[in-house]
Amino acid sequence: MYKKILLAADGSENSLRAAEEAVKVASLDKQCVIEIVYIVNFTKSRSEVLHAQGKEELELSRRKKLESVEKLLKSHEHSYRINIMHGEPGPTIVEYANKEQFDLVVIGSRGLNSLQEMVLGSVSHKVVKRANCPVLIVK
Amino acid sequence: MTEKWKKEWFSNIRGDVLSGIVVALALIPEAIAFSIIAGVDPMVGLYASFTMAVVIAFAGGRPGMISAATGAMALLMLPLVKEHGLNYLFAATLLTGIIQIIFGVFKIAKLMRFIPRAVMIGFVNALAILIFMAQVPHFIGISTMTYVFVAITLVIVYVVPKFIKSIPAPLIAIIVLTIVAIYSDVELRTVGDLGTITQSLPTFFIPDVPLTFETLSIIFPYSIALAIVGLLESLLTSSIVDDMTGTESDKNKEARGQGIANIVTGFFGGMAGCAMIGQSVINVKSGGRGRLSTFIAGIFLMFLIIVLGDLVVQIPMPVLAGIMIMVCIGTFDWSSFSYLRKAPKSDAVVMLATVSIVVATHDLSKGVIAGVILSAIFFAAKISKIKVTKRNVNQNLVFDVEGQLFFASVEGFVDSFDFTVKQSNIIIDFSNSHIWDDSAVGAIDKVVMKYQESGNTVTIKGLNTTSQKLVDKLSIYDDSHAKLGTH
Repeated sequence: MYKKILLAADGSENSLRAAEEAVKVASLDKQCVIEIVYIVNFTKSRSEVLHAQGKEELELSRRKKLESVEKLLKSHEHSYRINIMHGEPGPTIVEYANKEQFDLVVIGSRGLNSLQEMVLGSVSHKVVKRANCPVLIVK
Repeated sequence: MTEKWKKEWFSNIRGDVLSGIVVALALIPEAIAFSIIAGVDPMVGLYASFTMAVVIAFAGGRPGMISAATGAMALLMLPLVKEHGLNYLFAATLLTGIIQIIFGVFKIAKLMRFIPRAVMIGFVNALAILIFMAQVPHFIGISTMTYVFVAITLVIVYVVPKFIKSIPAPLIAIIVLTIVAIYSDVELRTVGDLGTITQSLPTFFIPDVPLTFETLSIIFPYSIALAIVGLLESLLTSSIVDDMTGTESDKNKEARGQGIANIVTGFFGGMAGCAMIGQSVINVKSGGRGRLSTFIAGIFLMFLIIVLGDLVVQIPMPVLAGIMIMVCIGTFDWSSFSYLRKAPKSDAVVMLATVSIVVATHDLSKGVIAGVILSAIFFAAKISKIKVTKRNVNQNLVFDVEGQLFFASVEGFVDSFDFTVKQSNIIIDFSNSHIWDDSAVGAIDKVVMKYQESGNTVTIKGLNTTSQKLVDKLSIYDDSHAKLGTH
C-alpha cells in the first residue's frame, strides 16, 4: 500500500478536506507516513517577513496556518511530519514529490486565492501534469 | 574557510550567471530613475549600482542579495545635491560608509529587533509613496502623449510577464517604446534632457571638498540618515532573502560590507546605495543564490552601459515614470490595509505616524526614529497600567496588585489605594506584580507608611525573588523606628 504520502496544505478549507482524504488512505497501512508540505511563495515571503517581529514569530504564524490540518492528523493518531518550503507552489511540490519518491500526492483542488489561480493557473493542475506518482485531487 | 568560500561563490554557477544578467537588465531603468530622483546625472546612479554590486559580492554577509543605487537613499540626498553640489554627495557617501562600518563593528544588527514591525511596514509604505510622488512631475500635465506612454508602459510591464518570462518586462517596455519614440516624431522628454551618459568605466578620485569642520557639519546629518536608512533596508532585505532561500546570513558582516561598498562607491563617483528588496526578490526568483549572481549583475550592468550608452539617453521619461509606478506598486505593502483593521490600535497609529512623518519631511530616517519613539511611549503606557483590587479575607484587608511597578506606573499605584481605612490588618499581595526600580520601592514605602500613620498594620507578601531583593535593599518601611523618628 501507500507508504509515503505528500499532503500539500495551505490552511484553506480545501486543504483540510484533502487532509481528511489523506488520513483515510493512510489508515489502510499502519506504517504509512504523511508529510504535510506547506509552500511559502516568494511574494508572500516578503510580506510575511515584514509583518513578523523576528524569525520565531514568523515560524509560529506559519505553523498556525496548518493548525487545523495538524489537529485532524493528531486526532487520528497518525504519524506525520511538517515541512515548510519556499518557491512557486506548483513546481516546488512536483520537484519535491519526485525527488523524495512519494507514493501519493494529495492536494486540494483550489487554494486560498481564486484570482491568483486565474492568472497563474491552478497548482493542482500543474502537479497532476508533472508528478511521477498518482495524485489525488480533493474537491 | 575555502570550502565555505567556494560554496558561496561557485555552487550554483549556471543559475547565478543567468539571474545576474536578468538583474542587470532590471537595474538599468531603476538606477537611472533613482539618479533623477536624487537630482544627479544618470551616470552617478549607474556607477553606484556597478560598484555597490561588485563590492558587496565580496564584502556582504548575505550571498545572493543585490545592492545598488536605491530610491530610499536617493530621496535623502536631493537637498544636499541641490545646495552643495555633487562633490559633497560623494563625500557624504564616503562618510556613510564609515558610519556603517562602525555600526557593523558595534554589532548594530542586533538593534534591528528593537524596531517594531509597525515602523518597518510604515517605512516600506512611505518609500513607495515617496517614489511615486517623485514621478508625478514627470508625467502630470506635460502632454497627452506623455500619459499615453505611461499607460502603454504599465500595460507592458503587467501583461508581458504572463507570456515572456526570460526577459524582464520593464526592459522590453524600454526597448520597444524607445524605438517607437525615436521613429515616430512624438514630442517626449528623454533621459538626455535631464543628464548625460558617459560610456566609460568609473575612475578613482578624491571628492573635491575642503577638508574642514564646516564640510563635516554639512555632510554629517545626511550621512547619518543615509547610514541608518541603508542599513534598515539592507537588513530587512537580508531577512527576506534568508527566508526565501531558507538559509542564514551574517547581519553584522552585511552592515560592514554595506559600509565598505559605500566607501568604494564614494571614491568612484557614485551615490550612496544599499540592498534592494525588489531586485533581490527578482534575483532569487530567477535562480540566483550565490555571490556570483550579485557580481555578474554589477559587471553586466557596466558592460551594457558601455555598449548601449547612446541609446540610454533616448529613453523617454514617461516610460521610466511608468516603470517606477510599477516599482511603487510592488514596494507598497498592500496587506497594510487589513493590518490597520486587525492590529492593535497603537500599532496602527505608529504605522500611520511613520508614513505621515516621512511624507511630510521626505526623510525616511526621521519617520523611523519618530515611529520607534512613539511605539516605545505606547509600550510604556501599556505596561504602566497597574490594577489594585481590594477584598476582605478573615478580618484582614487584602490588596491584590497586578501589573508592572516602575517609574511610570507608581502614580497610578499609589492612587488606587483606599487610605480611609483605620486600625485594621492590611495585606498587600504582589504575587501578580514585579518591582522594577527605586521609584517602585519608594511608592511601596509611601503606601505602607501612610497606612501605618493611621494605625494599621501592614504586611507585604508575594514578592518574587528579584523584587524582594530590590525591596530589601532600598526600602525603609519595616524599620518602624526610622519611620517614627522622622515624625
